[in-house]
Amino acid sequence: MEKTYTRPKSLLPLQSGFCPGCLHGTAAKITSEVLDELQQGQNALLVLPVGCATMGLLYWKVDMIGSAHGRAPAVATGAKRSHPSSLVFTYQGDGDLAAIGLGEILSAANRGENITVIFANNATYGMTGGQMAPTTLVGQKSTTSRAGRNAESEGYPIPMCELIKELKAPAFVARYALDTPQNIKKARAGIKRAFECQLENKGFSFVELLTNCPTNWGMSPLQSLEYMQTHTIPAYPLGIFKDKEADKS
Amino acid sequence: MTKQLMKGCEAVAEAAIRAGCRFFAGYPITPQNEIPEYMSSRLPEVGGAFVQGESEIASINMVYGASATGMRAMTSSSSPGISLKTEGISYLAGAFLPAVIVNVSRGGPGLGSIQPAQSDYLQATKALGHGGFHTLVFAPSTLQEAVDLTYEAFDYAERDRSPVLVLMDGCLGSIMERVSLPEMKDPAAFEEKKWTVGYNGQSRPTRIITSIYPEMVLENHNKARVDLYAQWAEQDAKAEEFLLEDAQYVVVAYGIAARVAKQAILDLRAKGLKIGMIRPITLYPFPKKSFAKLDSTKIKAIIDIEMTIPAQMEEDIALATRCAIPIRSYGRSGGNLLDDDGVRGAIEKIVGGEA
Amino acid sequence: MNYVEFSAKLCKSCGYCIKFCPKQIIKMGDVRSVKGYFNPVIEDMSQCIGCLACATVCPEGAIETSREVKTDD
Repeated sequence: MEKTYTRPKSLLPLQSGFCPGCLHGTAAKITSEVLDELQQGQNALLVLPVGCATMGLLYWKVDMIGSAHGRAPAVATGAKRSHPSSLVFTYQGDGDLAAIGLGEILSAANRGENITVIFANNATYGMTGGQMAPTTLVGQKSTTSRAGRNAESEGYPIPMCELIKELKAPAFVARYALDTPQNIKKARAGIKRAFECQLENKGFSFVELLTNCPTNWGMSPLQSLEYMQTHTIPAYPLGIFKDKEADKS
Repeated sequence: MTKQLMKGCEAVAEAAIRAGCRFFAGYPITPQNEIPEYMSSRLPEVGGAFVQGESEIASINMVYGASATGMRAMTSSSSPGISLKTEGISYLAGAFLPAVIVNVSRGGPGLGSIQPAQSDYLQATKALGHGGFHTLVFAPSTLQEAVDLTYEAFDYAERDRSPVLVLMDGCLGSIMERVSLPEMKDPAAFEEKKWTVGYNGQSRPTRIITSIYPEMVLENHNKARVDLYAQWAEQDAKAEEFLLEDAQYVVVAYGIAARVAKQAILDLRAKGLKIGMIRPITLYPFPKKSFAKLDSTKIKAIIDIEMTIPAQMEEDIALATRCAIPIRSYGRSGGNLLDDDGVRGAIEKIVGGEA
Repeated sequence: MNYVEFSAKLCKSCGYCIKFCPKQIIKMGDVRSVKGYFNPVIEDMSQCIGCLACATVCPEGAIETSREVKTDD
């Protein structure tokens, strides 16, 4: 007998704090798989946000810094510039990154900090009970857009990859979804690409992962995957928006 | 020790470099601009990292990240910028992270004025952020003292694993004085800290820097703070006592206000008035021992002189003297500077019983 | 021969593995796990083609897979 798949070592052998079917778990799992593969688990320094992903403090088996809401890219900047040998990456939700932390993410990207940002976009504030996020879709209900997000008064879902790719400094910008095995494999390859970008000192890398929130979308886990295919992915096109390495070759 | 003529902000920045500070993040705001400006060229010379943050909030969080990896880190700002950083300072305290924060204070509240003032005393000593924590607060009144206190602040910060605030004002930040600079420390010679994150070559269990905890753990941390603050009060409170022996009137003033008051005291002493001064050097812990010495039967009044209106130190003085001695206050604010004529005139009025 | 193991300690009964198994050989069990969740089961393991779709989609990393190494190759 030989193992063909084992749980990654960069995760603790414990149940996560995430709800059943929550793709934060998948994101943490595939990122940990990449850390194991690149043998960077010991060298990783993960900056966690405020939100559901804060529960990562009890789940990842890597050095971690819990940061203030929205400030992970700044914390990562300080850590990376002080300890450049570490593989420094943030893992942030959409409220953390695209609302309160919009200044930090765009500035860190614009400075070309040699860090990796993994951005889980599930179009809601999960931890606090399902409020509207900058990434909430037009018409999508939330506890603060009860009739559905109204573009006239609440604007449109914010496209982070499209914004960041316009900046000159970033080296790798891509968006994936975690709704099917094929998409998960692509996302895993993207995360590996992003980490390699950092390890080769190529500069700022950004990986947006479309995820779900069964609890606050008011759906079963399987229904939430369907919603992603019919609503989320059409609103957030997948693909690699910028890859300096590939553009050169 | 050779002395150098330096500007306050730059002297403080150089003191930090010599204390082994190798990370600085800051944001432009008058009157502290020369600190980030100086750091931007000086830090790279010693292999350090300088970042101009996109905001004061980003800057304090960069210091948080740098400190978590064990780097001696500092930020500076001025009043409104310090308000923006208070959440980050609370996080530093909550995560037991050493850091040095310099406030070159200015007129307030609000955008206030870019002129000097001492309007941040209460913010600095009562609540430099949410959650009921304190930091050591050093208040230099000369550039030499600013250099020495900033230099020592890094050691205190690491001793207590806590942020430390150096509270100056726009005057001290802008004037030039001769200072002798302390010797350069080499961070490579520092003892390796056992709590930092970031792999350093030896395999060890993973570590976490965070300020969120299960309730019981957080309460235990807060109980430990009670002991730490008691220790500060016992060992680290500092004040200058000036001509107190036969004083019938005692001025209480810190920083630039104390320097101006000192001149007025000398003038009044020459006219035969028995007047002295207590100059708190640590604003937190407040130097209560100096006040305990005052004999309420001999002291007619305490005169609280601050560059802020309303006075902010008055209640601490009342507490330290158990309200046993009447307290009068005099000050300027909004960026108007204290001067010795104004101070002398105010004291004479108080002594004359008119005020 | 391929094998799939479902960890009763980690599984939260989200059903993703059941949906994405190309051979549709995973069923939801009817015995509550130590954590109170129903866990998936495979009645006829021989049907498993070792594609790892189940392990890939499991958000909790609750699925591990293995296969027999043929002794003669």
